[in-house]
Amino acid sequence: MLNNYAFVLILSVLAFVLPTTAVVLGWILGPKRPDPIKVSTYESGVETIGDTWVQFKAQYYLIGLIFLIFDVEVIFLFPIALAYQQLTLFGVVATVTFVVILLMGLFLEWRKGALEWQ
Amino acid sequence: MMDILSQLFPLPPIPTVPQAVFILIALVTVVGALIVAIAPNLYHNALGLIVAFFGAAGIYALLEAEFLAVSQVLIYVGAISTLITFAIMLTRGMMFGRTSRNNKQVLTAAIMSCLLFVTLWGVIGHVPWPSVFADLPNGEAIIAKLGELFVTTYMIPFEMMALLLLVALAGALMLARDK
Amino acid sequence: MLNWSAALSQFLMNLGLPQEVALGITFFIGALVLASIGPVLALVLIHITRKVISRIQDRLGPNRLGPWGIFQSAADAVKLLSKEDIRPAEADVIAYTMAPLLAVFGVIMSLAVIPFANGLIGVDLNVGVLYLVALGSIGIMSALMAGWSSNNKYALLAGFRVVAQLLSYEIPMVLAMLGPVLLVGSMRMNQIAAFQRLEIAGFNIGAGYTAFIIPAMAMIFFISALAESEQTPFDLLEAESELIAGFHIEYSGMKFAMFFLAQFLNSFFLGAIMVTLFFGGWQGPFVDQLPILGVVYFLIKCFAVYVVMQWVRGTFPRVRIDQMMDFAWKVLVPLVLLLILWQMVALKLPVPTWIQYVSVFVGNIVVVGIVLGVLGRYFRGEQLRTKRAFEPKSLIGTMQPAPETAGD
Repeated sequence: MLNNYAFVLILSVLAFVLPTTAVVLGWILGPKRPDPIKVSTYESGVETIGDTWVQFKAQYYLIGLIFLIFDVEVIFLFPIALAYQQLTLFGVVATVTFVVILLMGLFLEWRKGALEWQ
Repeated sequence: MMDILSQLFPLPPIPTVPQAVFILIALVTVVGALIVAIAPNLYHNALGLIVAFFGAAGIYALLEAEFLAVSQVLIYVGAISTLITFAIMLTRGMMFGRTSRNNKQVLTAAIMSCLLFVTLWGVIGHVPWPSVFADLPNGEAIIAKLGELFVTTYMIPFEMMALLLLVALAGALMLARDK
Repeated sequence: MLNWSAALSQFLMNLGLPQEVALGITFFIGALVLASIGPVLALVLIHITRKVISRIQDRLGPNRLGPWGIFQSAADAVKLLSKEDIRPAEADVIAYTMAPLLAVFGVIMSLAVIPFANGLIGVDLNVGVLYLVALGSIGIMSALMAGWSSNNKYALLAGFRVVAQLLSYEIPMVLAMLGPVLLVGSMRMNQIAAFQRLEIAGFNIGAGYTAFIIPAMAMIFFISALAESEQTPFDLLEAESELIAGFHIEYSGMKFAMFFLAQFLNSFFLGAIMVTLFFGGWQGPFVDQLPILGVVYFLIKCFAVYVVMQWVRGTFPRVRIDQMMDFAWKVLVPLVLLLILWQMVALKLPVPTWIQYVSVFVGNIVVVGIVLGVLGRYFRGEQLRTKRAFEPKSLIGTMQPAPETAGD
């Protein structure tokens, strides 16, 4: 089975080398005339106003957190799905409870407005 | 002559392929961890952490724990690194996050970490770890067995974990609403 | 069953090479083939996209360079190669350079577990499906890196929104992938494709697609795949008129080409994954007798799905970002969780297998109907409430129709 991952490793090296070669080729072949105006930050043709920061929006962090929670749930569901043929009623009930608890969590988030306004 | 030399200075044996791969992955992980600790730019710290996570996933794969390896990438690199990066990016003023790496306690910190390292080495070397059971099913069957264990023997921790996730959701809501 | 790695390494070992070297060379050749499929395929895909969309928009599309304009994409590639590599001042060099490379990396790595024919797969990992999901997270990371390292307010903002979109649609996609895994009982991609056989009188006509049993899951996967690869109707973050081309504003030349490449390949490979999971991958008539035929069936299905994706792209308008997030979390995730629940219950009913499948199918339709009905009413209520909130009360009932103009 380790051979499989050797293939993945080799592919990862190649998958990294290929775009790098393309970018390096582009770097070699392209003209290089750096110009203070060209390398300045793009802002629809006007000068940059103020520092480059973005207003903190808790929404982004919340979405990331909800994603994490459901991701962990999914991770647990996959091995259970593999073993599903051999499970008894007890196992089915346990899994259903698991999914229902998380569904309730989603519903809670919905009611409390965490899913609003992107 | 070569015999005398090789007796005086015993060379390590040429590593086999798994050993070589392990050395490579371990180097990657350690370098990543070093970047986390040393790089002045806060975002580079996060990137180093991602590298270290990949390294850990590689080590899991090398130990034939493929489900763990994939979960590691999925959860740590996918979700947790994104959260950490969000936290870094959304904190104003960290754009030019260059903090001084040294403060007054550098010497104490160095001594304590060396002590910790030596202690861990000693303890890990002397604990009688149980050997791997040879009768575990291989390949896919082991993941199926894991799933089965989730809902039979370890069902209570499993459901507790679902409740824990629910609590985490509610807690996140509380925190976000206070802003 | 074709086993390319065993055959090739056997051949090399017969030439006298030690086993490890033979295996290494085999893997290297296989990886080289897979890695080079990417760019070549991208050129074909870009051409197809242009042709399909231009036909929908009632024009001809590229038709000057070569017969049917097939050299257009190659010409574009050469053009991008010769552009200057402008790096904005104060951009974070490491992250700025790595972001496009990582995007392509994640996409090419997903080729390792896609079965082109029975056994013609890079490696049939035991965790094939999860491996694909894990690679998606690399794409998310690269988008965030690109937005941040460009040192540009708009790129950063666009980067955040792209990541929010990708994260939101990752969950329905992964849960939709759980559907076939539940049915087949395996995460190996080749196994899932091999499961979808249909025996009529002892002859496999390869039409036992999972999509016939769980069509709602296939639909959810398709929609989430559209959102994950940022195709319309979810492409508001690369739309030319919004946020000035999104998080890859500050990229030029080959680096931009890499993002472009990654996006096209991503949509195609997500289509390929959909074909494998839901439409039988390489299954079709006569694959048992002639395994190589699987490649033909697979490619036909993949390109069909890709054309449908471009069709959708040319037809639907864009959705707003808040509509998009609402759709993901309030519609798709509850829907797919309920579908999974029903599937889990139905598969354990003490009835013969085919009745279980029929009940799963019926359950799909019923659950979709119920959820859409409930949510439809909820959202329409919301819409009405917001509309009423915006209508100035003074004007209700006082608007007169415009007077008829008599001549002019």
